[in-house]
Amino acid sequence: MIGWLRSNPDVFLDALVQHLALSVVGLGIGVALALPAALLLARRPVLADWTSGGAGVLRTLPSLAVLAALLPLLGVGFTPSVVALALLALPPVLLHALVGLRGAEPAAVEAARGMGFSPWQSLLQVEVPLALPQIFAGLRTAAVQVVSGAALATFIGGGGLGDLVTQGMALLDTAQLLVGGIAIALLALGTEAGFGWLQRRVTPG
Amino acid sequence: MIELRGVTKAWPGGAGVQALDLTVPEGTCCALIGPSGCGKTTTLRLVNRLVEPDAGSIRIAGQDALAQDPVQLRRGIGYVIQEGGLFPHRRVGANVAVVPALLGWDAARTRARVEEVLALVGLDPAVYRDRWPHQLSGGERQRVGVARALAADPPVLLLDEPFGAVDPLRRAQLQEEVLALLKRLRKTVLLVTHDVQEAVRLGDSVALMRAGRLVQHAPPAAMLARPADGFAADFLGADRALTRLGLFRISDAARDAATVPGEALPEATTLRDALSAMLERGVRALPVTEGGSLSLEALLASR
Repeated sequence: MIGWLRSNPDVFLDALVQHLALSVVGLGIGVALALPAALLLARRPVLADWTSGGAGVLRTLPSLAVLAALLPLLGVGFTPSVVALALLALPPVLLHALVGLRGAEPAAVEAARGMGFSPWQSLLQVEVPLALPQIFAGLRTAAVQVVSGAALATFIGGGGLGDLVTQGMALLDTAQLLVGGIAIALLALGTEAGFGWLQRRVTPG
Repeated sequence: MIELRGVTKAWPGGAGVQALDLTVPEGTCCALIGPSGCGKTTTLRLVNRLVEPDAGSIRIAGQDALAQDPVQLRRGIGYVIQEGGLFPHRRVGANVAVVPALLGWDAARTRARVEEVLALVGLDPAVYRDRWPHQLSGGERQRVGVARALAADPPVLLLDEPFGAVDPLRRAQLQEEVLALLKRLRKTVLLVTHDVQEAVRLGDSVALMRAGRLVQHAPPAAMLARPADGFAADFLGADRALTRLGLFRISDAARDAATVPGEALPEATTLRDALSAMLERGVRALPVTEGGSLSLEALLASR
């Protein structure tokens, strides 16, 4: 393994950078869609319920199935992989944010309204801060899923560390396979730890 | 001054408010009571338009409340709810500064006002300003809630069961302190409570509601002496005569010059407690610390 890394540092670094790019862009798009959607839906309980239902369904689809479904629509490469990862990130962020916003301490929300906060002021100054622990729990789940999911991008030519695994398998190169597998695992663990730390930072007490 | 004229609000499930007329004069406190679902909380929330009326007029300090923007209107009305409704993610000082911030006060003015109102409600600003709500006792949270409602110096305050979450031993003291403060500041107060004792102790007038209608609106002593109907009598309780005695003090009754034996009671003692002391001691007269004595006859005559 160390030997393989020594002789192929560029291959590894390229795969790692690709993997990170896939993850960051995918997660970024997912969050950029899910958080505003949660804010807009927070005051529309019926629509929020419908969306939660839809997001729940999307969440149960296996990542590989989503990738496969996108193949005929978007073809192969970086873009369809990012789209798939964004779809993977969307449900946990949206669901957690909605739960957090709708569960924000009712007395505080009632007081905000009664003291003359406009609906948006109340949302941004009271409900969002109170929902932050939940929102970050959603980000954590989404980030870990995306980082793990990005390993599958190799199947639709999206690159990333998954390439090392598939090539290692094809060439029966155990060292390359292990480097890819272990790097993916470490990345996922690191993401979990990092976002877990962030989540604890925003959780009071 | 708060004036409701013919205010009506129907809820799908019933229990709204029907053609309600209620006036709370400037600088007085009106306590709204009634069984749950009688419309007392709806009435309170109609005043700051958290609930919009179907019909009727609402005037606050002479201004038509229904003609104003509801968000602006609420910034001019103090609002205190059970347990204070403090923002758990903001320190005490920032909680108190909420309405000044909405009104766009500058930092120096806000800071000075926060210190002022915290001191008014009996909390040392140096100690409490930087605490978090979860570090406070129930009573302290309620005081902060009152300070927050007073911050922008609104002429009118709405209190929704504000003492419900305070432990019973401290409740009476907190009630008296807060009401004395609001009286001193000449605030016009509408208070919702389900507790008759609290209503008669705190209200300059008591408004008793049932099924969305006002049954009786009178000063507490008058209501306890002459309930409007059987429902009012039942709601005020079979011990309403005793409750009423609790509104008067020995200093309100005629005093005998004669001295009698036994432990003396200060003249600030309520007549209810004085009667209880007579029952307990089996006597018809009690010595008064400030001099003279109170007889059972004088106590009964003072009704």
